[in-house]
Formats: sequence, C-alpha cells, structure tokens
Amino acid sequence: MKDRLHPPVLAALVGIFGILVLATILVWLVGRVRPQLDLGEMRARIRSWWVMAAAFAVALVLTRKISLVFFAFVSFLALKEYLSLIPTRRADRSVLLIAYLSIPIQYLWIGMEWYGMFIVFIPVYVFLLLPMRMVLIGETAGFLRSVGTLHWGLMVTVFSISHVAYLLVLPQAVNPLGGGAALVLYLVFLTQANDVAQFIWGKSLGRHRVVPTVSPNKTWEGLLGGVATTVVLGMVLARWLTPFDLREAAAATLLIGFGGFIGDIVISALKRDLGIKDSGTLLPGHGGILDRIDSLTYTAPLFFHYTYYLHA
Amino acid sequence: MSRILQLLFFWLVVRPIVLVVIGLNVRHRERLPSGGAGAGGPAIVVANHNSHLDTVVLMTLLPSRLLHRVRPVAAADYFLRNRVVAWFARAIMGIIPIERRGREPGADPLAAVSQALDRGEIVILFPEGTRGEPERLAAFKSGVAHLARRNPHVPVIPVFMHGLGKTLPRGSRVPVPFFCDVFVGEPLFGLDDHRIFLEHLTERMQALAGEGTFPVWQ
Repeated sequence: MKDRLHPPVLAALVGIFGILVLATILVWLVGRVRPQLDLGEMRARIRSWWVMAAAFAVALVLTRKISLVFFAFVSFLALKEYLSLIPTRRADRSVLLIAYLSIPIQYLWIGMEWYGMFIVFIPVYVFLLLPMRMVLIGETAGFLRSVGTLHWGLMVTVFSISHVAYLLVLPQAVNPLGGGAALVLYLVFLTQANDVAQFIWGKSLGRHRVVPTVSPNKTWEGLLGGVATTVVLGMVLARWLTPFDLREAAAATLLIGFGGFIGDIVISALKRDLGIKDSGTLLPGHGGILDRIDSLTYTAPLFFHYTYYLHA
Repeated sequence: MSRILQLLFFWLVVRPIVLVVIGLNVRHRERLPSGGAGAGGPAIVVANHNSHLDTVVLMTLLPSRLLHRVRPVAAADYFLRNRVVAWFARAIMGIIPIERRGREPGADPLAAVSQALDRGEIVILFPEGTRGEPERLAAFKSGVAHLARRNPHVPVIPVFMHGLGKTLPRGSRVPVPFFCDVFVGEPLFGLDDHRIFLEHLTERMQALAGEGTFPVWQ
C-alpha cells in the first residue's frame, strides 16, 4: 500500500473529490436560485459520479490485487452489457462463457506482469479460439455476424480497458514520482474531464455538427473547446502525475482529447445501429457502463502505448 | 428453522448471484407488495416463464420480511420428483405444489392456492404453465382467471421478464451472464368472464413487453 500512495496520487484524489464537492454545491445553489429548472437528471448524474469516484479511489489506493479485480469487474460489466444488447445465438452459449472466461485470464497476465502475453492473448489466441469453438458446435447460420460481433466486443470491453490496469504494473522507473497509480489517475481523470469539457463547450457554443448522422449533439465547438481544455489541464497536471515534459504532455493530451471523442461516437454508432438511447441503466443520469467508459476504450490503449513507447 | 435457512439462502446465494452474475433492470418495483401498511398481500404475481431463475429473481424483488409469505405455484410432478428436490422446493422456495395431470375427477386443483390467499400470502403464478421455448410468450392457461374471480379483491400483478431465458434456458445447467429486464405492470382484478380477463392480462403483458427493445436470440 505505501508504495502506491505517493503524495501526488493522494493530492489528485483529494482534488477529484474537491471538484465533486464543488459540483454538488453548484447544482444545489442553482436549484435554490432557479427552482423552476428541472435538475433531477443533473443530480442523478452527480450522485453517480460520487459512487464511481469512491469505488475508483478505494480500488486504486488499496492493494494491486484489488485494483486489478476492480478493473476486471468493469470489463465484466461492460462485456455483459454489450452481450445483452446485441443479437446472440442460443447455440453460442458456451462460446460466450469462453469470452467471459477470457476476462480473469487477461487480468491474470497483468498481475504476472507478462507483457507479451497481455498484448497478444485476446487479439491472437482468443481470436483463434472463439471461431474454433463455434465451428465445432456446428451452427453456421449467422456464424460471421456472431464471431465478428463477439470478438469486437471483447476488444472494446476487455482488451482496451485492460490497458488501464497494465499502467498499474509498469515498473516504478517509468514514472518515478507517482508510479502506475498516478498514470491511471491522469488518464482516467483527463478522459472524463474531456467528456465533461466537450459537453459544456458544446452546450454553450456548439453550432457546427461533426458527425450529424451518428451523434447530432457533437459539435466542432464542443470538440475543439474540450480538447483545448484537456490539453491545458493535462499540461498543468503532467509534472506531478507523469514523467512527461510539457511537449510530451501536450501530445499525450491531444491523444486523450481526440481519442476520447472517437471512442464516444463509436459507442454512439453502436447504439444507433441497435436502436437504443442508453446502453443500460446501471448508472443513473449516465446510462449504462458502456456510456461511461466509451471514451476510455480509445484513450486507454492510445495513452498506454504512447507512455510505453516513450518511457518504458 | 426453515425460515432462517430460507433467509440465509437468499442473502448468501441468490442475491449475490442476481446482483453480480445477472444484474437486473427493474421498472416500477413499487407496484409489487412492499410490506408496508396495506401492501403486504394477499396478491397474485403473474409472470412469463422462461427459466428456473424466474421464481428466485421475483422473490428477490420482494422485501425480505415478506419472503416467508411468498408462495410460488409449481408443478408437483416436477418439483416433488425426489426427496431432496421436494424438501428444497417446500422448505426454501415455499412452493405450493399442484397436479398438472392425473387429478381425481372433481378435485379442485387450486384449493391450496386459494387457502394461501386467504392467509394473506403472495402467490407467484406462471400462467404459461411451463418454461417452454425460452423468450417466447405462450398462451395463458385459465387457472389464473378462476383464481382471480374467486378472490375479486386480490390484485393480480403482471410482471414481464426478459433475459433470464437467455441466462439459463430450459435444458441448460451453466448460467451465462446477461442483464435482465423486469417490468412490473398495473394490477388487474378478477372478472366473471374468464376469457375477457385472460385477454386483458395478455394485453397488459404484451404492453409491458413492448416497453423494451430486446435483441434477437435464437
């Protein structure tokens, strides 16, 4: 525990809860001043933020094992939500069980710090195993759709998200000041802050739509304003939480800003294709877990490999 | 004794599995008996039937203090087939066994259910009569209409469930995790005409099913 609680990590956690306190007070004040506004959705959203931030903080400051179990559980919930949304075949029950089973195994490689296996397990071995199991069952109607959607879901919900967890086990030398936990905080905080910043910029200034057929509420003003905010935030925070100099931090946060946007609209496209608004009801005010980690499915691998290339 | 075992079973086994492995999206839980004043039964909870999990999931939606008064109606030929299953079905699940076939002429198959309602208990009934094809709604049998007519003041609460048939369909032993939807409807009350009552119940059930979008599963 003591090697994980570097002062920058503690300070960042305090900062996150400080922001939540401010947001809670702000919404309360707005409710007092403008009682005619309906803030129910906003209140629910902030309450969910509290729950998520608390779970995340607890998972991060306890032991490494607990952190890995936490992220594995996030992957499990996301995969379960995904598989509940898409069409599946009764014949594939055992294939889906293998897909679920790949979650603890993927996080086991991380616990063992076996980088080579972590990086090929789902893209190579699970990729080969799932179709094999499917053809041995023998149901060919809908085979391509089934094997394609299942592996894509695993890549998004398990492979991508597990990159957040691998940050935790990177050697201390990669980030001498704050360790892996600081990198996780930096990535997750900036990804979520980027979402919020794009939302606020878009609400206040948004005019020109980026991809109207996928996500009519996403505007260039929101995107660019959000990314700029994220870059500034990231450059300020980098000296405490990361090994980056200012130039490296600027590039890392550009990746987070634009990557987060793409992750968001990719999940939007998925939902639009399925004809649903929210991916679930797990997080009141946000929707499902996929609605919350959509951006992270892009930013986590991008940020991880950027950091790994430059500093590991 | 069995009341304690039942509570332990639900708190240590059923609720954790329902919470973690399955995950429920419940709409209008407040329409189920809450155990508050005037809302503790009797009631007839009517649901579509896809899986063995249906009964336990419905039981977790009711408050623990009502658990011992929840009585799923279940087929005697299936649930009393051997001593172990019969003990579990009676002591832990609290079932009311009914004979599906081979009854004596003139015997009232629903007498035990009526008695339970008289005691103020909450009866769970699957009017499709069987789990059947998972995630397909079959025609309702008329038993529920008889029961409702004989107990005109007891609310009949329709519940539509989707997903448990995917998690654990008939003939499968290992559950595969899926989020499941449970939509509770407005209560109905018994009518003299069974046919009309069943039509109303079917309509209400289909309206509940129409509240969700469910992916294809075949």
